[in-house]
Amino acid sequence: MSAASNDIALRTGVITRVAIFAVLILFAVYYLLPLFVMLVNSVKPLEEIRSGNMLALPEVFTIAPWINAWGEAQIGVQPTGLSPYFVNSIMMVVPAVFIATFLGALNGYVLTKWRFRGHRIVFGLMLFSCFIPFQIVLIPMARILGLLGIAGTTWGLVLVHVVYGLGFTTLFFRNYYDAFPSELIRAATIDGAGFFRIFRRILLPSSGPIIVVTVIWQFTNVWNDFLFGASFADFDSQPMTVALNNLVSSSTGVKEYNVHFAGAILAALPTLVVYVVSGRYFVRGLMAGAVKG
Amino acid sequence: MAFLEIRDLRKSFHEVDVLKGIDIAIDEGGFLVLVGPSGCGKSTLLNTIAGLETITAGEIRINGRPVNDLHPSQRDIAMVFQSYALYPNMNVAENIAFGLEMRGVSKPEREAAVGRVADMLQIDHLLKRRPGQLSGGQRQRVAMGRALVREPQVFLFDEPLSNLDAKLRVDMRTEIKKLHQALGTTIVYVTHDQIEAMTLATQIAVLKDGILQQVGTPDQVYASPANVFVADFMGSPTMNLVPGNVQSANGTTSVRIGAVDLPIAEPTEALRARAGQDVVFGVRPEDVTDVASADRSARYVETVDCNIDVVEPTGADKFVVTRLGEKEFTARVRSSERIAPGDRVPLAFNMDKVHFFDPQTEMRIN
Amino acid sequence: MPTRLRATAQDLLPKLVLSPSFVLILIFVYGFIVFTGYLSFTGSRMLPSFDLVGFANYFKLFSLRHWSTALSNLAIFGVLYIGICTVIGLGLAILLDQKIRGEGVLRPIFLYPMALSFIVTGTAWKWFLDPGIGLENVMHLWGWESFEFRWIKDRDMAIYTIVIAAVWQSSGFVMAMFLAGLRGIDNEILKAAQIDGASAWKLYRRIVIPMLRPAFLSAFVVLAHLAIKSYDLVIALTNGGPGRATEMPATFMYSYTFTRNQMGVGASSAVIMLIMIASIIIPYLYSELREKRT
Repeated sequence: MSAASNDIALRTGVITRVAIFAVLILFAVYYLLPLFVMLVNSVKPLEEIRSGNMLALPEVFTIAPWINAWGEAQIGVQPTGLSPYFVNSIMMVVPAVFIATFLGALNGYVLTKWRFRGHRIVFGLMLFSCFIPFQIVLIPMARILGLLGIAGTTWGLVLVHVVYGLGFTTLFFRNYYDAFPSELIRAATIDGAGFFRIFRRILLPSSGPIIVVTVIWQFTNVWNDFLFGASFADFDSQPMTVALNNLVSSSTGVKEYNVHFAGAILAALPTLVVYVVSGRYFVRGLMAGAVKG
Repeated sequence: MAFLEIRDLRKSFHEVDVLKGIDIAIDEGGFLVLVGPSGCGKSTLLNTIAGLETITAGEIRINGRPVNDLHPSQRDIAMVFQSYALYPNMNVAENIAFGLEMRGVSKPEREAAVGRVADMLQIDHLLKRRPGQLSGGQRQRVAMGRALVREPQVFLFDEPLSNLDAKLRVDMRTEIKKLHQALGTTIVYVTHDQIEAMTLATQIAVLKDGILQQVGTPDQVYASPANVFVADFMGSPTMNLVPGNVQSANGTTSVRIGAVDLPIAEPTEALRARAGQDVVFGVRPEDVTDVASADRSARYVETVDCNIDVVEPTGADKFVVTRLGEKEFTARVRSSERIAPGDRVPLAFNMDKVHFFDPQTEMRIN
Repeated sequence: MPTRLRATAQDLLPKLVLSPSFVLILIFVYGFIVFTGYLSFTGSRMLPSFDLVGFANYFKLFSLRHWSTALSNLAIFGVLYIGICTVIGLGLAILLDQKIRGEGVLRPIFLYPMALSFIVTGTAWKWFLDPGIGLENVMHLWGWESFEFRWIKDRDMAIYTIVIAAVWQSSGFVMAMFLAGLRGIDNEILKAAQIDGASAWKLYRRIVIPMLRPAFLSAFVVLAHLAIKSYDLVIALTNGGPGRATEMPATFMYSYTFTRNQMGVGASSAVIMLIMIASIIIPYLYSELREKRT
């Protein structure tokens, strides 16, 4: 992707360019519309939503739905709001991201710089694990978590997310270290550095970008997970996504759309912030996850 | 006993034989250049000496000590890599000192050693910079500094100059030669550039397909190549190699190439025995010249009239391409010589410096 | 021979470092696949049991109306989702590649939905498509009284609302993949084609799009596997309804296993899902890993 090669643009007339621009703007509206709807309606009183136009700006501005979604809304049986679940998600995400990234880095290092007979098969098996439908592991996982005594706990979810994140984190580091010149490893070997010292002193200091990519990828995936949270979590370990779904789909009482929207934004906020702050790395992770090799 | 000794070294990789029984020995302070086309196994050979690759069979001794089973860091060698392999996250001083640090050398000693080497290579002013901020030539110096600082028994160079531009390459070549003369450390040096091999080596080893073709001083390899491959590989432009037939009549032996008959004075026994047989006749372009430039010290010079097809001036000389026995044939003439394509001019063959090879085995006929 | 010993330790260390991860994956992925595969041949109901019943679960599975609904929904959803995402993604990538001013602003807007959870996407679209307060209501308020858009409440049309929301979430990502492909094309080839007199249309039709083959393949594989796995979005948007009209294999497996206590049938549906994904992913991974071999 050298800078020289982005010169594909054809010479086009003014009219064509205006048309192209119009189409692109139209799509931008399409992509922004749901976010706009969520934002605008999360600061309207409920009556205004019901009687008014969903696309209109609020006539009466209120942050009550946000306060409600965060701390008061009825979720399941408890009127706790989303805040305890937000904390659950954080407690789950941080160790899951850290452990999976760390192991992925070591695996990538071994699979590129300390190859052994059969390394290709090992990597192939790890890679395929990224794509399995998780339905195939739900039943035995429920039993194993029970056997280990961590069913329904945050640590149980951490274990699940580490295991099913390993394939991707390994893939990221493997591809990154594959391009890392092997002569550097040879030079360090002759200089007398061993396995861990080469990793710590030579590779790790140059791994900044791929660590960021991996952390963002793993963070986004774990935070956004619903299936594992819904299957394996109890009240005191349920993550944000499960709580949001419970909030939105609870059949009792009036549908408080404004609270739902505020809750949805709260659930989306951490990943959105990561995306806005480091979108470049986010995209790189997506690409690396799609184009392997 | 030789300082670095390689005996019947074999290396197979996935059932492919990469090195097929290499025997080389070099004395202390020697400069051994491994040369050959890409894929000939020369870099593998160097890596086995370094211990970066295991060997399948054979023995490597450094200063009398077998090193087969030793880790690279224990072999008392240092290596300069083609890509320089500078650690990107460390500055120049840290790069040079890393090997000493790994060996537990104290910080003041390391600093003193780095200072000494930096001084020798004139890179004192670069010590705080990162590799990314250096030019190609500067990186090359740092890579050498990293090897020098360790004061090893053997230096290994893996195509160290191939990433430099033409002019810098010539300068660095001279510097490496100077360094070798100043330090007197044994060096093994891999290159695909036969000119580098000729200028630097005290011993040249020519490899092809994992087999050693010839080992000798630059002079031996150039003046009496052991086979067609070595003859063709060493020298630029390459040696003319054309099919001929040995003739013997009235006690004189000659080689017949197409319509031309070149008498051979003082033919060897082996050549005379081949009367009537086909051979490969070889002569370097610089040994076929215009008549006035013919080597005066040559004992026998034969002059042949040739039709000139192409003229290539290089500045210092002119190379002219003609045909001999249906094959293209290059000769070197003075640049002042006025020759144009289509001319018919006499060319002088220095018959002291012609070579004969067996067309089947491609081995030299002495 | 202490040096020899140390050399062996050095050889073992990398494998030792890799082994925890590898063992985890062997157990939690491949061991579990075997376990679920075994369960699919047993009469397990609420809890796993180990009495083999042969292919009974599979026969039962394929006789269930819910499963055939799930399969036909997956077919409709998969084809439309992959097709529309590819068309929009390619179109946007080509348009964005025309040195458009403001590309730096537009590109992240197209892509941000990918950062959201499907649950969030589902919530947003659920209310946006709700006839009472969403799009239909907006149109009525704007004076288009006859406008009707109640697909989400309609048994026959509800599956298409899932397509709409899923396309919204993923098409920007497909665009990013094609854009990377376009930027990777050697500029000199395009110059040569223009000198050869290719029009803009022909240039794309004949040269650029064929060169994007790898991007097409990657996009297809990623989207297909997302489609087969899709669970969260269905739950959040329609919860499988109205009725079971938007049942998908993933929701089918979950409800049969955990709420209807038919674990054997649930396991067999999971095995079918795995086979579907594997038949797409394995050839792809195989070719990708092979190409690198040289």
